[in-house]
Amino acid sequence: MAKGILGTKLGMTQVFNDAGKLVPVTVVQCEPNVVLQKKTIETDGYDAVKVGFKDKREALVSKPLKGQFKNANTTPKRYIKEIAGKELSNFEVGQEIKVNIFNEGEAVDVTGTSKGKGFQGVIKRHNQHRGPMSHGSHYHRLPGSMGSIDPNHVRPGKNLPGHMGFETVTIQNLEIVKVDIQENLLLVKGNVPGPRKGLVVIKNAVKHDKELAPLNPEDFVVVEAPEPVEEAPVEEAAPAEEAPAEEAPAEEAAPAEEAPAEEAAPAEEAAPAEEAPAEEAAPAEEAPAEEAAPAEEAPAEEAVPAEEAPAEDATAKEENEETPSSDEAKDDSSDEEKK
Amino acid sequence: MSQAILNHVTDSYLRSDVPDFRPGDTVKCSVRIREGQRERIQVFEGLVIKRQGGGVSETFTVRKISYGIGIERTFPVHTPALESIQVVRRGKVRRAKLNYIRNLSTKQARIKERR
Repeated sequence: MAKGILGTKLGMTQVFNDAGKLVPVTVVQCEPNVVLQKKTIETDGYDAVKVGFKDKREALVSKPLKGQFKNANTTPKRYIKEIAGKELSNFEVGQEIKVNIFNEGEAVDVTGTSKGKGFQGVIKRHNQHRGPMSHGSHYHRLPGSMGSIDPNHVRPGKNLPGHMGFETVTIQNLEIVKVDIQENLLLVKGNVPGPRKGLVVIKNAVKHDKELAPLNPEDFVVVEAPEPVEEAPVEEAAPAEEAPAEEAPAEEAAPAEEAPAEEAAPAEEAAPAEEAPAEEAAPAEEAPAEEAAPAEEAPAEEAVPAEEAPAEDATAKEENEETPSSDEAKDDSSDEEKK
Repeated sequence: MSQAILNHVTDSYLRSDVPDFRPGDTVKCSVRIREGQRERIQVFEGLVIKRQGGGVSETFTVRKISYGIGIERTFPVHTPALESIQVVRRGKVRRAKLNYIRNLSTKQARIKERR
């Protein structure tokens, strides 16, 4: 019942949040997951997508599996997992699922296999206390009584030594601190089960969003950015600047003054130019001939890097208007107030 | 390999305007303080008694005497919460960690200037 992605844990580090505080993060590398198969209620009794992650050698693949990879038109994958739910049902076989299905600040559950600890006693394994080391107690790290003699057996659930670790562990409600689409990285706040290079499954938190609408794969198509600029500021800046910038020329066109008319023209030029590469990647996107505003707003929400170009154009235009460009959002609002 | 990626992740958070300072130096830290919508700068000036860690996680501790009471604050070196770090005076010390300063009187805690 979730959207999800497979990744490998790379290790932990720290990054700064907006307040300038250090936040501990685990870096998870999620090379694009490939959809290998789609399961539906009609055919399989439940909804799910089967995804593959991380390449492996052809020689390691059995013949039946080879067929699966061939159907999806992809290279052999090391890890294959199902992600249940309708959220990813719009992704087609062979399509890639990338880290941008998650947003910064989103809550996720992370599942991994914990580090194996081997055969451990009760003190490490069950957090029991030890007996006195001196005064001849002869009782140091033992598991204690096996219980009453009455049932003539040890009651189930008695804490005893045994194998510890290497089990599936899920940590819930971790926060996504940063999404790096260029490097395919997710920065998850806090720790994540398992060793470095271990497989982890990141899904949206079950305790947060109960129902998600099926995702539209076209929202996540990544278009090559003209200049590779930092992800984080762009993602924040783009939606804020985009919406007002689109509205502004339209309103100014009505008074038919000279200056706004000039501004409207470059805006139209910028829009199709940025639309064109998007078209190549996603044929289903709206045609450039249509109105610029609705077509651009949809990708802007997902902060596709292609938005950088128009966003910067917008700021440039506003500077031409000779308005102080310290804060774009404020500028736009003040412009509208003047009218 | 994975360490290289971790470094790449944190690179964008590193500040390039951090001056060269060591334990024993006196620094002036301009701390951004947010009060509701307003932001103001508070200056915390004192002796650097240690620097710890490395990379983006590196921190330094500044000690000053405020109204007769010793105050220590620890900042990440690269934090954006610091408007600036200015070195006021360079001190000559023979330790990397000046924890012993805490037990000294003001007069004993004087540090020679490094030339």
